[in-house]
Amino acid sequence: MTTTPLLEVEGLHKAFGPHEVLRGIDLAVMPGERVAIIGGSGSGKSTLLRCLNFMEVPTAGRIALDGRTLGRRGRDGGTVYPESELCGVRRRVGMVFQQFNLFPHRTAIENVMEALVTVKGTPRAEARARAEAELGKVGLSEKRDAYPSRLSGGQQQRVAIARALAMDPEILLFDEPTSSLDPELVGEVLRVIRGLAGEGRTMLLVTHELGFAYHFATKVVFLADGRFYEVGTPDEVLKHPRGERTRSFLARHSEFAF
Amino acid sequence: MTYAWDFMPVLRHLDMLALGLVNTVKIAAASIVLGVAIGLVLALMRLSPSRLARAPATAFIEFYRNTPPIVHFFWFFYALPVLADISLDPLAAAILALSTQSGAFYAEVFRGGIVSIEKGQWEGARALGMSRAQLMRRVVLPQAIGRMVPPFVERSFELTKTTALASTLAYGELLYQAMQVNSQTFRPLEVYTVVALLYLVLLITASALARLAEQRLTAYR
Amino acid sequence: MTYDWDFSLLAQNWPVLLRGLLVTVELWIPAMAAGLALGFALGLARLSRSGWVAKPALGAIEVFRGTPVLIQLIWFFYAFPIVIGVQLSPFVAALLGLTLNTAAYCAEIFRGGIQSVPKGQFEGARALGMTRAQAMRRVILPQVLRRMLPAFTNRAIELAKVTSLASVLSVHELMYQGRLLSATYYRPLEILTTVAIVYFVLIYPGSFLSARLERRLAARS
Repeated sequence: MTTTPLLEVEGLHKAFGPHEVLRGIDLAVMPGERVAIIGGSGSGKSTLLRCLNFMEVPTAGRIALDGRTLGRRGRDGGTVYPESELCGVRRRVGMVFQQFNLFPHRTAIENVMEALVTVKGTPRAEARARAEAELGKVGLSEKRDAYPSRLSGGQQQRVAIARALAMDPEILLFDEPTSSLDPELVGEVLRVIRGLAGEGRTMLLVTHELGFAYHFATKVVFLADGRFYEVGTPDEVLKHPRGERTRSFLARHSEFAF
Repeated sequence: MTYAWDFMPVLRHLDMLALGLVNTVKIAAASIVLGVAIGLVLALMRLSPSRLARAPATAFIEFYRNTPPIVHFFWFFYALPVLADISLDPLAAAILALSTQSGAFYAEVFRGGIVSIEKGQWEGARALGMSRAQLMRRVVLPQAIGRMVPPFVERSFELTKTTALASTLAYGELLYQAMQVNSQTFRPLEVYTVVALLYLVLLITASALARLAEQRLTAYR
Repeated sequence: MTYDWDFSLLAQNWPVLLRGLLVTVELWIPAMAAGLALGFALGLARLSRSGWVAKPALGAIEVFRGTPVLIQLIWFFYAFPIVIGVQLSPFVAALLGLTLNTAAYCAEIFRGGIQSVPKGQFEGARALGMTRAQAMRRVILPQVLRRMLPAFTNRAIELAKVTSLASVLSVHELMYQGRLLSATYYRPLEILTTVAIVYFVLIYPGSFLSARLERRLAARS
C-alpha cells in the first residue's frame, strides 16, 4: 500500500480577472483512484480539471505530483511554472477534451503517433505499432487511415482517448468527454472509459452522466461556487447526499437511474 | 463608330511589350519574396507577448495600410536618398516600396491564419506535452498555411497590379513599355487595350495555379 | 544623420496641399457613391439567370478587378476618347475610371452578400406572393446590408488611396500638388512625408472604424 498520493492539491485558487472560479480546493488522489467531479454549470469543475495539467495556471495554491511540488517560488512570493516543467507534467497527465481536439490534418493513427514521435522521441516504426495497439483497444483499427472529418463524434473521441493513452500517462483527465456527442454515441465512449477503469488507472472525470459516475468512480466530489461542497463514496454523495445543495442538484438530474 | 482599329503597329512592337512583361514579373517576384520575409518578421512581432515588439510592428502595418502606394514609390525614389544620402535606381526604389507595403499586408495574412486556428488545437497539442515550437510547427502552422493561401494570393495579385506604378519612376515594366510603344505608334487605344489584356492573362494564369496549390494544401478537409 | 529637416516652406505652402486635398475628396466621394449604385446594378446583373446579362457583367467585373487601376485611368484618358470621339478632361477620365473600378468591386460584395442569404429566405418571400424585386428589397437586402458594411468601408479606404493615381493624369489632387511642390523646392523628403501623413490622417479614421465594426459583427454572430 502506498501512502503518497499520486496527485495532491492544496488551497487551489483560480480567478479570471475579478471573477473567482475556484476558491480553495484541497484534494488528494491515490494511485488507482477514480474521482468523478460533478456540479452545476459555472461551479468550476472544468476549471479545476484544467488546472491539473495547467491548461489554466492556478492563481494560488500548491499542486504536487507523486510527492513533488510543482513550480518554484517567484520573486513576488507567488508560484511560477516554467514552460519546460509544464511540458513534462503534461506528458504524465493526459487529457481528453469535450471537443476531442483531434488534429484535422492528421489521420487517426497519425494523431495517436504525433506526440509519441515529437514529444517522447519514439522511433516512427515503434510509435506506429504502439498507435495501432491503442486504436485496437478503442475498437478503431479499421479507421486508422481516416481523417477526423470522416469520423463520427464518438469515433473521434475514442481516437482522442487512444492518443492520450499512447503517452502512458500516470493520470488521465476527462473533461465532459460525452457532452458534445449525440445521445446514441455516448455509450461507445463510456464503454471505453469503463474498460480503462478495469485496468486500475488513476482517473479524474468531469461529467453530467451521473449514472455513469456512480458505477465508474471510487470517489465523488460535488463542487459548488468553486469549493468542494460534498465529498464521499458514490453511495454517500449520489444516493444519500447530506447537503441541501447536493440534494437539489440531484433532484434536477432526477432522470438518472443506477 | 468610324474609328478603324489597327493592331499591326502594336504587334510590330510586341518585343518591347514582352520585355515589359518580363520586368513586371521580375519586380513582382522580387517584391513577393522580400515582402513575405518582412511580413513574417512583422507577424512574429505582432504575436509577441512583449509590447515593445508589438507596438512598432502595429504602427508600421497601420501606416502602410492607410497611405497610397504611389506615395511610397515617390518617397523611396526621391525622399529616401536625401535622408540616407544614397542613390537608388527606379528598380530598387520600386522593389523597396512594394515589398515594405506588401510586407505590411502579408503580416496580417500570416497573423490572421495563425489566430484563426481554434483554441482546442492549441490545447490539444499542449495537453500532449508539446512545447510552443513543436505545437507551432506540427499542429498550428500546417493548418494555418492552408487558410493563408487565399488571402496570400489575393495580396500577391494586388501587388502584381501595383507594379504598374513603377512606370511613374520610368522603370521599364509593362505599362512603361506600353507608354513607349504609344509614343512611337500613336495608337493609344490599341496599345493600352492590349496591355490591359496582358495583365488580365497574367493574373488569370496565376490564379489558376493558386487554386491548384490551395486544393493540395487543404486536401484533408 | 546630418540632414537638416526644413518644414518652413510647408508653413507657407500649405494652401497648395489643401487645394489638392479638396480635389482628392471631390474624386473620392462621388466615385464611391456612383460606384456603389452602379455596383449594385452590376451585382444583380451578375446574378441574373440569363446568360446574356450575367456573362457580360462577369466579364466587366473581371476586367476591372484583374487589371491595374493605373492602366484603367490611362485607358480612359488616352484611349476611350478615341472610341467615343470626345476628349475627356483628366478629372472626368479619372472619375470615370475610379467609379467603374469601384463598381466592379462593389458588385462582388453585393453578389457575395446576396448569395450568403439562405435560399429558404427567398422561397419564403416568394411563397407569400412577393415578386423577385419585393423579396430582394424587403427580405434579402435588409439582412445582408449590415454584414456587407465592413467590406464597403474597406472599399472606400482602397478608393481613397487609389485617387492618388489621378496625379499621373495631372489631376491636381493631393499627390499631384505634393509632387509639384517637391519638384519646385527640391525638398522631397519633407513634402512627400507630409503628403503621406495627410493621407494617413484622411484614411485612418475610416480604417479604424471598419476594424471595430468588423469585430462587433464577428462577436455577434
